[in-house]
Amino acid sequence: MSATTTPTPRRSVGAVLGRLPVVHQFRQSVGLQRGMLTAGLVICAIFVLTAILAPVIAPYGFAQLSQDGERFGAQQPPSAEHLLGTTVGGYDVLSRVIWGSQTALLVIVVAVLLSIFLGVLLGLVSGYLGGWLDRVLVVIADAVYAFPSLLLAIVAAIVISGGRSTFFGGILAAAVSITVVFIPQYFRVIRAEAVRLKAEPFVESARVIGASTPRIMFRHVLRNATRTLPLIVTLNGSEAILTLAGLGFLGFGIEPTSGAEWGYDLNRSISDVTSGIWWTSIFPGAAIVLVVLGITLVGESLNDLADPRLRARRRAAATPADAAAASTPMAREELGEVP
Amino acid sequence: MSEQTTAGRTADATPAVDIRDLSITFATDAGDVRAVRGIDLDVRPGEVLAIVGESGSGKTVTGRSILGLLPETARVDGAVLLTGTDVVGLSRAQLRGLRGPAAAMIFQEPSTALNPVFTVGWQLAEGLRAHGKLSKAEGRRAAVEALRRVGIPEPESRVDDYPHQFSGGQKQRIVIAMALALKPSVIIADEPTTALDVTVQAEILDLLRDLRDDTGTAIVLITHNMGVVADLADRVAVMYRGDIVETAPVRELFATPRAEYTKALLAAVPRLEIADRPYAGGATGGADAEPVVAARDLEITYPGRLGRKPFRAVHGVTFDIRPGEVVGLVGESGSGKTTIGRAMAGLTRVTGGSLKVLGAELADGAKSLTGKRQDLGFVFQDPAASFNPLLTIADCIAEPLVVHGAAESPRDARDRVDELLAAVQLPAEYGDRFPHELSGGQRQRASLARALALDPTFLIADEPTSALDVSVQAKVLELFAELQERFGFACLFITHDLAVVDLLAHRVVVLHRGEIAEQGPTAHVLGSPQDAYTQRLIAALPVPDPVEQAARRAARGEPARRSDRSG
Repeated sequence: MSATTTPTPRRSVGAVLGRLPVVHQFRQSVGLQRGMLTAGLVICAIFVLTAILAPVIAPYGFAQLSQDGERFGAQQPPSAEHLLGTTVGGYDVLSRVIWGSQTALLVIVVAVLLSIFLGVLLGLVSGYLGGWLDRVLVVIADAVYAFPSLLLAIVAAIVISGGRSTFFGGILAAAVSITVVFIPQYFRVIRAEAVRLKAEPFVESARVIGASTPRIMFRHVLRNATRTLPLIVTLNGSEAILTLAGLGFLGFGIEPTSGAEWGYDLNRSISDVTSGIWWTSIFPGAAIVLVVLGITLVGESLNDLADPRLRARRRAAATPADAAAASTPMAREELGEVP
Repeated sequence: MSEQTTAGRTADATPAVDIRDLSITFATDAGDVRAVRGIDLDVRPGEVLAIVGESGSGKTVTGRSILGLLPETARVDGAVLLTGTDVVGLSRAQLRGLRGPAAAMIFQEPSTALNPVFTVGWQLAEGLRAHGKLSKAEGRRAAVEALRRVGIPEPESRVDDYPHQFSGGQKQRIVIAMALALKPSVIIADEPTTALDVTVQAEILDLLRDLRDDTGTAIVLITHNMGVVADLADRVAVMYRGDIVETAPVRELFATPRAEYTKALLAAVPRLEIADRPYAGGATGGADAEPVVAARDLEITYPGRLGRKPFRAVHGVTFDIRPGEVVGLVGESGSGKTTIGRAMAGLTRVTGGSLKVLGAELADGAKSLTGKRQDLGFVFQDPAASFNPLLTIADCIAEPLVVHGAAESPRDARDRVDELLAAVQLPAEYGDRFPHELSGGQRQRASLARALALDPTFLIADEPTSALDVSVQAKVLELFAELQERFGFACLFITHDLAVVDLLAHRVVVLHRGEIAEQGPTAHVLGSPQDAYTQRLIAALPVPDPVEQAARRAARGEPARRSDRSG
């Protein structure tokens, strides 16, 4: 209790930290919801760390076929030299899985950044200004929705890179094709919020004051419309990985020599499965499943925590002693809170 | 239940509701909140007990605990005896058996308490069917009877109508009929008239009184309106922050309140005293000066949906506001008063006639107001929603200064902001807080500060105090009057409360269905109203004084036999 009733001067680092999206929700959560969020955050942290430290932890390069002039050999079972074995093309599976996380992270970041800026801007303009521009944009967004997203991504990949290309070209192609699918999502969410906020008294108050339209849009509407963005970002992140893997699996991804990509590795291991070679398909597949699971767990927990009706709370303390225990610094630290 | 009706009048009968040492705690994001702290209360059959208090005092939670209608986050300690059964800790099935025959509830908002897709007859019979076998014909007959009892005309044909075909007052009558259907020994009425206009409120209060007299039902009336209390209650319990500070018979409470809080509460209730506030002419010259606002045959029409006729909200309205004059715009809901205020700020389009604000002709479009907006202030009804929740109070107040170039940035304007905060009696450090960290009254003061930032010549205040508690309202109104005298701005004060207008306005304009019913100096209009509608409006306003209210009721043709029992 003491933390919430302290006066303004104690707006400390902890309080500022508490206003950040994910940190704030983490402090709010209890029980199963906190467990889900923690699991998701841990998986995501491992994923990001692996991606950043790939050059350090990967035993070999993603396109390396030989060490000291000696070739790895194709489809070798797990051994001391190759902990997870080698693929049909003669690559080290462990190294490809680790390097693949880098590709996946880059695609997520580029795709989300591209779609968030365009989607938010279009949604804001469309929702606040309304009129014919709004109607045209909504029709376009609906039309994009009508396309199967993977088909759209394939078309975009062909248009951008002719199907295959270098590492960054491939990443950009994958990211842009995912962006095309995601922009309508951001557009719709922000547009709905802008339409709602337009009728709020504080926006009307800004109109009465005489503030210009861009000022109202960016100072008053935009910042209040972005509440749900962290949630969509996480859900889109997992979708981006699946789309990238799908593209790679279908052969529209990144060349094996220019970047490691889980979907491509899965595609190459199809024939191995029937001949009892399990290590080439299980590990890239597990990597995809784990990362998608981690990001989805974070997203779903954020969704539940954002809704007061779904959010679990600590029960009211049964006795005064319990209430006192709940408010003492020690008990709060046990619950993971900074006093 | 019918045996009780005759025996229940005596004071020593077993109480219909007996609350003993009741505590209710809510688990919230900010920790546990103790909403009710060990209160004792009882209601005897045939008695109207009013629970009064400000928002957050725990009055609604107390009322709801009688029916076991609390959310899962609540923990209840103590005992609530409802006709001898303790409802605390009862299972859902047991509670369902009690709801209806033992206790029923009347909700605040009649339009949401009825299901819009079923006929009212079906909904009335549904309650009966839940507590016993009933054929379709019997159910219908019972529904017709119930409607007749609450005074719905032609109940035989109206029983098949849907809720939207009834007016707000009639809907509340139907809700009351539903509550009465199983002849409960207690009715809990949670702000039953707050959503209704004064003239309708008077009818509903009369109905409740008649029902109590006819059936001997105990009524727990939860309200913040002291006029309603004076009109209906026999005994009053005053709640403050989860505790009962005083319980007394109604006349005793109004005549000699004992608790300090009760005294303050009663003192804060605005009364119609017909004070004469003559208009002394504005700062820029006498009454002959160019008016700040001139409306001539003003007409505002909302376009209809496809295939529907457009809705004419305001028509043929003509009035002036002179410099430094406070004009009270009064009317019931739907009278067009807010529409006129919004039109003056350029938020709603003027469709006919002429509306000149600060010399700009708004019939030509809101664009004509450009460049004059710094002379115009607006105070909104809901202080919670009229601030950008992500900006500090200081940033919000600095906004008009920055927009009109009086300051480079919010930080640059801080000196002026502190001055404004001081003018509305808020400490300067409140500027660093966010809107949700202020109480309703503080927010409305900040809202006033923002409206006055550029020293406007004309201020529009749209029901600025109707979302506030009475004691807070009194302080805000006092501040408002003081600021008006100091800064000398002209003001359109929109309200439904005649007593508030009486406190502030030099002149009153009474609106009725989009037309002006009467206008003139405040003392003239409120003291000797000429128009029949104004007379009705003033007569329906409950006076916060049980003795006078009883006399007024007798004068209205209400049999006096009921008024003298309470003392």
